[in-house]
Amino acid sequence: MRIDAGNMSFRELADAIKNSSDKETVVDGCIGQRYIATALGKGRKIVISGTPGNALGAYLDGAEIELHGNAQEATGDTMNAGEITVFGSAGDATGYAMRGGRIFIEGDVGYRCGIHMKAYRDNRPAIVIGGRAGSFLGEYQAGGTMIVLGDNIGAKPIVGYFCGTGMHGGEIYLRCDKVPVKLPPQVKAERVETLPEYAGSLVRQWCEKFGKDPLIYTGKGFIRLTPDSDNPYKRMYTGN
Amino acid sequence: MLLREGQFRNPSGCAVSAVIDRSGKPMSGERMIRSISIMRDRSNGLGGGFAGYGIYPDYKEFYAFHLFYDSKSARQETEAFITRHFEIAYSSEIRTRKIPEVTDEPIIWRYFLAPLSRKLADSHLDEREYVARCVNRINVEIDGAYVFSSGKNMGVFKGVGYPEDIGRFYRLDEYYGYCWTCHGRYPTNTPGWWGGAHPFGLLDYSIVHNGEISSYDANRRYIEMFGYKCTLKTDTEVITYIVDYLVRKRGLTMEEAAKVIAPSFWTTIDGKSEDARREETFLRRAFPSLLVTGPFSIIVGYTGGIMALNDRLKLRSAVCAEKGDIAYVASEESAIRAVEPDLDKVYAPAGGEAVVYELYDKAEV
Repeated sequence: MRIDAGNMSFRELADAIKNSSDKETVVDGCIGQRYIATALGKGRKIVISGTPGNALGAYLDGAEIELHGNAQEATGDTMNAGEITVFGSAGDATGYAMRGGRIFIEGDVGYRCGIHMKAYRDNRPAIVIGGRAGSFLGEYQAGGTMIVLGDNIGAKPIVGYFCGTGMHGGEIYLRCDKVPVKLPPQVKAERVETLPEYAGSLVRQWCEKFGKDPLIYTGKGFIRLTPDSDNPYKRMYTGN
Repeated sequence: MLLREGQFRNPSGCAVSAVIDRSGKPMSGERMIRSISIMRDRSNGLGGGFAGYGIYPDYKEFYAFHLFYDSKSARQETEAFITRHFEIAYSSEIRTRKIPEVTDEPIIWRYFLAPLSRKLADSHLDEREYVARCVNRINVEIDGAYVFSSGKNMGVFKGVGYPEDIGRFYRLDEYYGYCWTCHGRYPTNTPGWWGGAHPFGLLDYSIVHNGEISSYDANRRYIEMFGYKCTLKTDTEVITYIVDYLVRKRGLTMEEAAKVIAPSFWTTIDGKSEDARREETFLRRAFPSLLVTGPFSIIVGYTGGIMALNDRLKLRSAVCAEKGDIAYVASEESAIRAVEPDLDKVYAPAGGEAVVYELYDKAEV
């Protein structure tokens, strides 16, 4: 099925996608329509060109989204399962409170990427960012994996201020020699020469999607950020 | 059946958009109407407005006052005041288009004014201060009259309605300017009324704002010490006065004003170069009461330029883009793509990072 989004309202477009029984739906000329493919389940693929509105793939539940263009705010908000691939950059709060599934971004992400991301048993969310991430990357992160590859970022730091503030689970990999900003005392940074198997497979998947050489992107050393179990949050609010 | 809270979804959050042709070439208001209409879901019909720069070339030496009147008597009283303080070069009702989407409009007038030279000399004020004080007096002292635009060769057009409807109501397709800003409103804490719509203007400064100012009362108490009066029942007004105070009265640049309104955190300042540290520390210490907290993205319009600014935590969105001489700022990239699908450059500024776009030749205006 092919939909020309043109002047459709977000509701018309959402209904057209939801009510289609086709496995693959192509949406052309998207311009600002929000909530595309919300909570869409397994077995569906949505290929979008244009600039969709906020909350693309929110609550996604197994479907696959491919966007040719830039994503706005809150892409994959609270997504459960599935995969979002952005051939472009994404705005603020990408992967907000994500609980499962994967997001691959070719370019940069804005502020608060992966804020409140969490993992439970087999649900392990992951975000791979080709460029750089804005401030508050992984704020309050409780689980899951984020990888920032730092491709084509020029003189800009690979990550903005306040990275990992309030982080208490999960892991962040930054492809750089030194963390460019001050980290909170509760976050531990360590150098890893070779990526662990799971993180390496995520980077290889990113390379495959965007046609990059995996040797270049997995070869260089990474900095791994995790909550520092030797210095936990304590007595912040109460004495117990 | 009346739907209750929780039974329906009301997507919201105010919208801002702006365009400037840095070569000074004029464009009609049509482009911004199209841009803001893409973000219709961010507004709820309780306010929309535009500011156009370079739109009155034939009267560019005169202050263009736009006024809302609740009654004929308010108009008579105001015109008596205006006649005592200004020479009126031209005045008329602003031509509007009657459309079903915009109702209950006040009486809307426009005056092109020059201060009476004797009065101005007697006041011992510079001309712009004289005009600003007159605006303030009308808004505070005359019941039912409100000056919502008072700059030279620019004009604010606003009202209650969706912004694209307000644009059609004011016939902005018939006005040509080198720069336009616009706003779609979703009032959360304060009433939606004609005067409360954005942009807020004083002299040639205009502000459109998406967000909520947590520090409003602290900012208001401080700025009112300098003769400003916050009368419009909404928080954005105070930002207009802060910009006017810092830039016009204190002589700061727009970038310096941005470092007062949305300064870096002290921990961030600590990590900067010595020059940056000295400057930012000085500005924070000199004007601590003008730090604006809470989520915001604003666009300041002024003669020859625009400045876009986010709060320092970037709790609202803003996207900047360029295509040749034309620069855009909007809450969402889609609002820019709607009027220019093929862009040279698109980027999101960081929180507290002022983005300034000005005419290449500011002497032109």
